[in-house]
Amino acid sequence: MSLRIIVVLAVLTGISGSPSVTVGPEADSADMRAHPNSVPETAEKTEILGQQEVIVQEKVEENVMATGELNINHYPARRAAQVVQHYLNTRYGSPYRLLQLHKIHRGNAEDVADSERKYELEISVQELMGNTTGNCSAEILFPRGERQHSPQVQASCEELLKINTKAQEEALYQQYKMNSGLLSAQNLPDSYGHIEPDMKPFWHLGIVAASFVMLNESSENTLYNMAQVANITQLATENDQLKFDCHILLHEMVSQEIIHWKLLFTWSPPDGVKVLQMEQLPHRHEGEKPPNTN
Amino acid sequence: MLSYVGLSLLVLLSAMEAATVERVEYDYYKYHTMPEITKWMAQVEKDNPGVVTIVEYGQTYEKRVIRLLKIGLNTGEKKKAIWMDCGIHAREWIAPAFCQYFVRQILQAHKTDPKMQEMIRNMDFYVTPVLNMDGYIYSWKDNTTRLWRKNRSPGPPDCDSYGTDLNRNFDANWGTLGVSFNCSSETYCGSQAVSEPEAQAVTYFVGSRKDDFLCFLTIHSYGQLLLVPYGHPNFTAPNYKELMEVGLGAADAIRSVHGKNYTVGTSPDVLYANSGSSRDWARFQGIPYSYTFELRDKGTFGFQLPQDQIQPTCEEAYSGALHIITYAHDKTFNGAVATAAATLWTMLLTVGVTSTTLM
Repeated sequence: MSLRIIVVLAVLTGISGSPSVTVGPEADSADMRAHPNSVPETAEKTEILGQQEVIVQEKVEENVMATGELNINHYPARRAAQVVQHYLNTRYGSPYRLLQLHKIHRGNAEDVADSERKYELEISVQELMGNTTGNCSAEILFPRGERQHSPQVQASCEELLKINTKAQEEALYQQYKMNSGLLSAQNLPDSYGHIEPDMKPFWHLGIVAASFVMLNESSENTLYNMAQVANITQLATENDQLKFDCHILLHEMVSQEIIHWKLLFTWSPPDGVKVLQMEQLPHRHEGEKPPNTN
Repeated sequence: MLSYVGLSLLVLLSAMEAATVERVEYDYYKYHTMPEITKWMAQVEKDNPGVVTIVEYGQTYEKRVIRLLKIGLNTGEKKKAIWMDCGIHAREWIAPAFCQYFVRQILQAHKTDPKMQEMIRNMDFYVTPVLNMDGYIYSWKDNTTRLWRKNRSPGPPDCDSYGTDLNRNFDANWGTLGVSFNCSSETYCGSQAVSEPEAQAVTYFVGSRKDDFLCFLTIHSYGQLLLVPYGHPNFTAPNYKELMEVGLGAADAIRSVHGKNYTVGTSPDVLYANSGSSRDWARFQGIPYSYTFELRDKGTFGFQLPQDQIQPTCEEAYSGALHIITYAHDKTFNGAVATAAATLWTMLLTVGVTSTTLM
């Protein structure tokens, strides 16, 4: 009996004794399952990588799109849900209301007809100013292959628009309608993430206007957020609508590019935001090299 | 002999007094310029003799010296190590802020927390507050440069813009996926693998000590994600299941601080496929626990995270990082198991001796 205990202890000490256990790659575990969504494009090439023999598939380009029940943590559901966020902001956004994706509960994707992809999502959305959340069911239709049109979105949300923003919107509208001192603001937010409290409603307006662009430009291969309102200038009120010219910076996550757009839009409490003109500005080569450098 | 002791005591006391009197509290909850960070590093080294050393390990394109803080008790032996780098992408200002906070936090914990004392005894922490110094400095230049991402090398001669994406430049499936060969692109991967001096610095320093490293944590923003290797969908890390389990544990730790959700997964699953990242390179070197942290937020402010969110972001990220580091440490040093075995041995021997004596 005691001998057995001694043997057990000896084994235990042998295993645990040394603090210099190397935790390295298991050389024999060539755990190389191909990702279910990838499609090899070119011929395989075998490469010796350390102690593992690895099959390198170079230039894996077109991914087979996720179909069926979606993993709520994976990017396809996330990108589609972001499109719903942009759509909701174009419909309901205002200087005092912004909607943000909160959680994805369920998602489904399928190929439809010849050239379209349909997503069905159950998500919850948060009203940024009030911190309240509501559930939404949404359907997103992406064109496939050569992009012919922007995604089409249908969404119905329960208990959205809980917070009454009418009074604040009306006050802002009246304040700026009279053209006595047209608004002009830059860098919302600034480099430190700061926005003057008085300017916050115009940052929100910028996001709402930007949402029209982001919605239009979205595909299954993009994830847009507005990075900054570089400049927003109020123009003379027209047809009882406040009118603005703005220069916005969008961040597209997949390419990591910053894309500049110029927008002309109007806003009033009853009519919401309407975009009159939108124009993409050329890729700004910040830090463009001076000519004739050696 | 006695006067020598007395003199040493006097010197020690005045040094301590000088250290406390001169120090102006560093504000960890504001964004700092590169010169401020460099000065802070020197101060931290000075304030923690025997524990903190500055190590110079490379040069940026514009010839700035890249430095890290090595934190650990000198035991005279070769030690296991933890790597953390921040600011590989210039515009991700919350990342360098986190590295500074992390250093302050472990040094503070080291004074009072036995677990941290044990970890600093057993391991060295190598923390680079700003890896892409040229890019970071450029992002501070003016309002038009704030969203700069890459380094500041000029690229090929026919290129009319600057910069290589350092996190696509490492020798890990370089140039295959999620990159651009257009030098104007934000994900331009460089003229070849490890073409960039900043990537070379990390590759050489970590590469020449790769067997020492248990963790490689690279800090970015934004997105609230914990990414595990690999960025290429056809490659799976041998310890993928473990990486996910530990990552999910870290995400739980993060959530418990301020309720923020961080999604855990490989980049091709939860974000996008890519190649040439430092995390992937580290894993290929055999460093078992390699993670990319993408800190707050989820796009509302993006790269320009307000300063009033620095503290909560750092607190939650610290919790997450500590979870991974503690796991790696405990698995390596098997502290609990060794102690239990030792106790059992002692008990048995005592019983054995006692029973022999009695017989």
